[in-house]
Amino acid sequence: MNMSVGWVFFYLLVFPGFFFTSVVGLLYTWIDRKVTARIQFRVGPPLLQPFYDFFKLLGKDTFVPEGAPRSIFLGAPLVGLASVSVISTVLLVSNMFPQQAFAGDLIVVLYLFVFVPIILIIGASASSNPISALGASREMSLYLAYELPLLFALATIIVKSGGLLKIGDLLQWQWANHPFLYSASGAIAFVSAFLCMQAKLGFVPFDIAEAEQEIMGGTILEYSGPALAVLKLTKAMLYFTASIFLTVFFWGGFRSPRHGWYHILGWLKPVAIIVLIILIKNTNPRLRIDQALRFFWSIVLTLSIVGFILAAVGL
Amino acid sequence: MLKGLKKGALARSLWVYHVSASPCNNCDIEILDLLTPRFDVERFGLLLVGSPRHADVLLVTGVVNKKVLDRVLRVYAQTPKPCLVAAFGSCAISGDLFVDSYNFAGPLDKHIPVDVYIGGCPPKPEAMILGVVRAIEKLNKLKDL
Ligand code: SF4
Repeated sequence: MNMSVGWVFFYLLVFPGFFFTSVVGLLYTWIDRKVTARIQFRVGPPLLQPFYDFFKLLGKDTFVPEGAPRSIFLGAPLVGLASVSVISTVLLVSNMFPQQAFAGDLIVVLYLFVFVPIILIIGASASSNPISALGASREMSLYLAYELPLLFALATIIVKSGGLLKIGDLLQWQWANHPFLYSASGAIAFVSAFLCMQAKLGFVPFDIAEAEQEIMGGTILEYSGPALAVLKLTKAMLYFTASIFLTVFFWGGFRSPRHGWYHILGWLKPVAIIVLIILIKNTNPRLRIDQALRFFWSIVLTLSIVGFILAAVGL
Repeated sequence: MLKGLKKGALARSLWVYHVSASPCNNCDIEILDLLTPRFDVERFGLLLVGSPRHADVLLVTGVVNKKVLDRVLRVYAQTPKPCLVAAFGSCAISGDLFVDSYNFAGPLDKHIPVDVYIGGCPPKPEAMILGVVRAIEKLNKLKDL
């Protein structure tokens, strides 16, 4: 592996890291709002709406609630932003240069994915607001609910590929054989990972921690101005990152060894995934936290264990 | 240039927090009309938010009575500036038929600066959209925020 420091910074900050991911992520939130509006027979917001929202929030005051530790309260969103940038960089760079993957990048991605719920929990707990604390406790339970099925889904594809641990190797295995999605065990793993991503993004039916109507935004209740802008940006980037996560691990990534049209079509895969997410989001009511926990620990966990067993017997 | 960007972005993305200051509840129901397919104010970037921390516009409905006044003042203080205040419905503007009530604390603009008045009991959706237009015009005319 031979990358100069300059390139690493370029990858991290411009393409495909922070800048690229945030622009595409904000466009994704536009797709989200637009598709939602069309489902409800509305017109929906203009293309640049997420950018207006972001710049507006940058121009507003930020409150730090009385009794909240300033550095933790305001620092948490920045940590989240940084970790999501790194995840998307690692995923996309290993898609572009599969040989350059470093050992254990899968573990790094998984660890950094954990940061997103953790910064929400830390920020909400630091805000010294009881309703935010309620949101934090729900976020924690939800995290405990979906993490195990997600790990099993990833274990499935690792077993299926014969024990490959690097993202680049997993991609190359898919290019040499077939995307994991097109096998029985891989399809099952994809479904459970997909549901876990829906929960990680905090979308209906799993938006329990943020529930605007009952706990007023829950974990993000006390954030305002630039801090809120950073949190919203983190969520938007996570949106994009979750879709490329599913694409890279289960659907063979964007690039395939066959070039031409197939290459461009590859970029539509994450869009197809988020349209599916939006459809689920718009056709389901919110679950209670105990229902979500039961759903993940009984149905989804069983599903992903079945997928794991199928992979172990070679299906 | 930066000021212009800030103002332009604010005018295109007004997030509304709905302060229910003892209304008869009719105004509150009517606000939801704006989100329906027929009027769809999300076209202009308006959203209803759940927390005053996220709000740019405080939509105050109802007669401000002595008990609720303190809460209205506190919500106003807790809202990050720049923010607009809209007096929604005849109650908030003047007291309407509760004007002689023993606990009426006076019209809303006696207590906090009001930027837009949206009249009616309850206001028609067209009047509300006119109020939105007025708010955006007012923002655009402001020299600094
Ligand atoms: S203005 Fe009319 S509809 Fe609105 S709260 Fe007052 S009495 Fe009710």
